[in-house]
Amino acid sequence: MAADRYQAMFSRLAEEQRGAFVPFVMLGDPDKATSIEIISALVDGGADALELGFPFSDPIADGPVIQKAGIRALANKIHQQDCFEILSEIRRRHPQTPIGLLLYSNLVFHTGLDAFYAKAAQAGVDSVLLADVPLREAEIFQQTAQAHNIHHILIAPPNADDEALKQIASQSSGYIYLLGRAGVTGTETAANAPVKAMVDKLSVYKGAPSVIGFGISNPAQVKAAIGDGAAGAIAGSATVKIIEQHLHDVPAMLSALKAFVAEMKSAT
Amino acid sequence: MNSLPSKFGPFGGMYVPELLIPALDQLEQEFIKAQNDADFQQEFMDLLKNYAGRPTALTKTRNIVSNPLVTLYLKREDLLHGGAHKTNQVLGQALLTKRMGKTEVIAETGAGQHGTATALACALLGLKARIYMGAKDVERQAPNVFRMRLMGAEVIPVDSGSGTLKDAVNEALRDWSANYEKAHYLLGTAAGPHPFPTIVREFHRMIGEETKAQILAAEGRLPDEVIACVGGGSNAIGMFADFIDDKDVGLVGVEPAGKGIHTHEHGAAIAKGTMGILHGAYTYIMQDEDGQIEESYSVSAGLDYPAVGPEHAFLHYTGRARYESATDDEALAAFQLLAQKEGIIPALESSHALAYALKAAEQATKPTLMVVNLSGRGDKDIAHVQQFLKGAL
Ligand SMILES: Cc1ncc(COP(=O)(O)O)c(C=O)c1O
Repeated sequence: MAADRYQAMFSRLAEEQRGAFVPFVMLGDPDKATSIEIISALVDGGADALELGFPFSDPIADGPVIQKAGIRALANKIHQQDCFEILSEIRRRHPQTPIGLLLYSNLVFHTGLDAFYAKAAQAGVDSVLLADVPLREAEIFQQTAQAHNIHHILIAPPNADDEALKQIASQSSGYIYLLGRAGVTGTETAANAPVKAMVDKLSVYKGAPSVIGFGISNPAQVKAAIGDGAAGAIAGSATVKIIEQHLHDVPAMLSALKAFVAEMKSAT
Repeated sequence: MNSLPSKFGPFGGMYVPELLIPALDQLEQEFIKAQNDADFQQEFMDLLKNYAGRPTALTKTRNIVSNPLVTLYLKREDLLHGGAHKTNQVLGQALLTKRMGKTEVIAETGAGQHGTATALACALLGLKARIYMGAKDVERQAPNVFRMRLMGAEVIPVDSGSGTLKDAVNEALRDWSANYEKAHYLLGTAAGPHPFPTIVREFHRMIGEETKAQILAAEGRLPDEVIACVGGGSNAIGMFADFIDDKDVGLVGVEPAGKGIHTHEHGAAIAKGTMGILHGAYTYIMQDEDGQIEESYSVSAGLDYPAVGPEHAFLHYTGRARYESATDDEALAAFQLLAQKEGIIPALESSHALAYALKAAEQATKPTLMVVNLSGRGDKDIAHVQQFLKGAL
């Protein structure tokens, strides 16, 4: 891979002896122009990398907050093309920030695998995680991603057995998404996965760095996860909730997002 | 890795979060063990016979077909305890739940028939049931909601999305991903991720097996066509499974054409859909140009689903089965006609299969022996149909 933004980020953070903070938001939420400003605000607030969703009608891995973000974007007629345009603009503004996509497989299938990854690569995307593609179904996606120099991220859930963790560690490229707990996205239930034990196992298998997500909403959790060996933490619903709370006052939304990211980042 | 094939040709698979893979693998293993366990089989057979009322009758219609060349039989799943074929496989999966040591059951329901079957099986076997049902369906299938609650199940209306079956499946999957340790997801049709399509088919295959024996006894030959309505595809695959190798038996699935398949208001995923991934399987789905899932429509809640089980996708793809459709109006007409001519009130879902059969019967030019799977009874639909027919009766 030519310039690997994840590798660059993880080596920089290793030098600083810090972890990554990675916010997640939905592309096009609540509309295209605001979405661009939201994502830029996250980077300005200190996000080390970005995790961005494509709105989908049937997000089975998402709780109410992220479901609503998707509904807002779809209601404002956000199409795939808009998502790619937002991504290109973000890439133009922030050339070094690793950008990961988190979406559902039908959106990729429907566009055609090769066409989808080509568009993603062109928009400057570094990684793709498909919420409904387990390792068992991943091969064709992995191959296509690789052909376009995009990392295919796999999820390591807390209930995976050692054999599964080994496979996931050896095949997840860029980073490993360590699932903070069972269930769907949301802040209602806090992460409770045995981070230390999982990180230890994954590193025995020489996997990419592990970044924890699901159920992360406050700086104390970020600090604890990084203390337990995670290379970073992702906060989705907690970030999206700030958007939801400030829909009618965009400047206040952007400053609240920046403040939230700064606070989470300071815990790394 | 899987012990059973997880795909039907290119269709099916396990497109679910990694988190659900251990639960699906556990289910597959338990199913394989149960299929080879004489005690399990005996308990399942005993429940089917002495609790649910199997075998169900195969009834020769007397008056509804006017073409003298055609003989039409009805496989009477409407007579099964619970009022629809759904009870068969629910008893099987409820027994699997017990075997896995799980104490709770999650289910989705459209017409409320799967929910009713789940509620009764859970009442019988001491399991705690919570059932997701689209808010729109809660309204149009009110009697079944009461029935479920009466049997101790918790019914949870789902407001998100279209408020129908697809959204109820989403919620059930979300619940399962948090609670798989103590809860089994008792999926109600031959759709979803592997191993559900295979388990549901095997636990419904007695429908076709009985039909075959009954028709051979009555007519001395196999039918020319077996016909079943297709929502997710469970009653149809149960009817088809034992006939798939009998190449001379036509297999006909009937999808809901709603207000017409040329309109946007239908649920004909095979006729009008394209290939894609929904609820864990690669199959035919109704989707827009961006890959967003479209809302389906049918007068019958049980057929109001924008996808189809992956084995039906495969049977269509290979040409072994044929998929036709019937509109709301055709189904409503067949519903009334069966009541008037044979004294049987069919479910609106089953009325779709009947509507197609009646149309085919009219056009037959040679002796034809047909069996319609009358998948359920229409008690649940009476109030809804009464509204539709306003004053006509
Ligand atoms: C009586 C009856 N028939 C058919 C169906 C459709 O489901 P399937 O296609 O799985 O048989 C339903 C679903 O609720 C039903 O209640």
